[in-house]
Amino acid sequence: MNDAHGKLSDPATWLDQHGDSLYRFALLRVRNPTTAEDLVQETLLAAWRAKENFAGQATERTWLIAILKNKLIDHFRRNSRETPLPDIADTDDAIDALFAEHTDHWAHPPTAWSRPDDALEQAEFWRVFQDCLAGLPARQAQVFTLTEVDGLSTEELCKALAAQPSNVWVMLHRARLRLRECLEQRWFGATAENR
Amino acid sequence: MLSCKEVSLLLSKACDQDLPWRQRLAVRLHLLYCRGCTQFEKHLQVLRAVARRFAQSDDQAGMATLSTTARNRIRAALQRD
Repeated sequence: MNDAHGKLSDPATWLDQHGDSLYRFALLRVRNPTTAEDLVQETLLAAWRAKENFAGQATERTWLIAILKNKLIDHFRRNSRETPLPDIADTDDAIDALFAEHTDHWAHPPTAWSRPDDALEQAEFWRVFQDCLAGLPARQAQVFTLTEVDGLSTEELCKALAAQPSNVWVMLHRARLRLRECLEQRWFGATAENR
Repeated sequence: MLSCKEVSLLLSKACDQDLPWRQRLAVRLHLLYCRGCTQFEKHLQVLRAVARRFAQSDDQAGMATLSTTARNRIRAALQRD
């Protein structure tokens, strides 16, 4: 029950206290409710079997999330063996539209964002960010989340997804272009006008 | 001369690994006269900062919650174990 004393509660209590957090964490990365539910179950079972390893330094939740991360990597490996990452298309219409047709220069050059640090403190910004992230094609969102949110290196990512580095870079780049565009349209561009 | 499309890919790549010096130089030269790509480079840093902060936040997939059915199924599985 109490993290403070480094003691663990039982799995049913974990489910009550951390089930939703684990589920959200998984859902963001797999984008499939059933898979996310299965991962929560696997995580709690694995945690219970490995309860001796709980060092008592981390909180229960941090410990459970760490186990979930391993389960996620296993899941991606399994998945990529079954359905390998397709060679990504050379062209992506939405991305091409960001650049002028013949010169490949910006069709609408990115503009200066005012006070991005302030945005991080605003709940509304995080809703916009989550919307933008959810609006990405699934693979791009996955690659972005694993790299930027979870801090996986390109090498680790390629291994987990059984993908070529060049594929991963292009996907990451497209994800960043899309996210940037979305944030500029929905937040940084919009608020500059309103202020 | 590199286009903005090419430079933006290299800037994105540079977030994850060091570029060879020739590419680094070509990118720097492009940035001297391209305001769009200069902004893009800054925005990449903002995206990274946003993602890092997001990593620490507790409600990552919005307000999604485990359904009662899923919760009961997981509870049953835990009891079996």
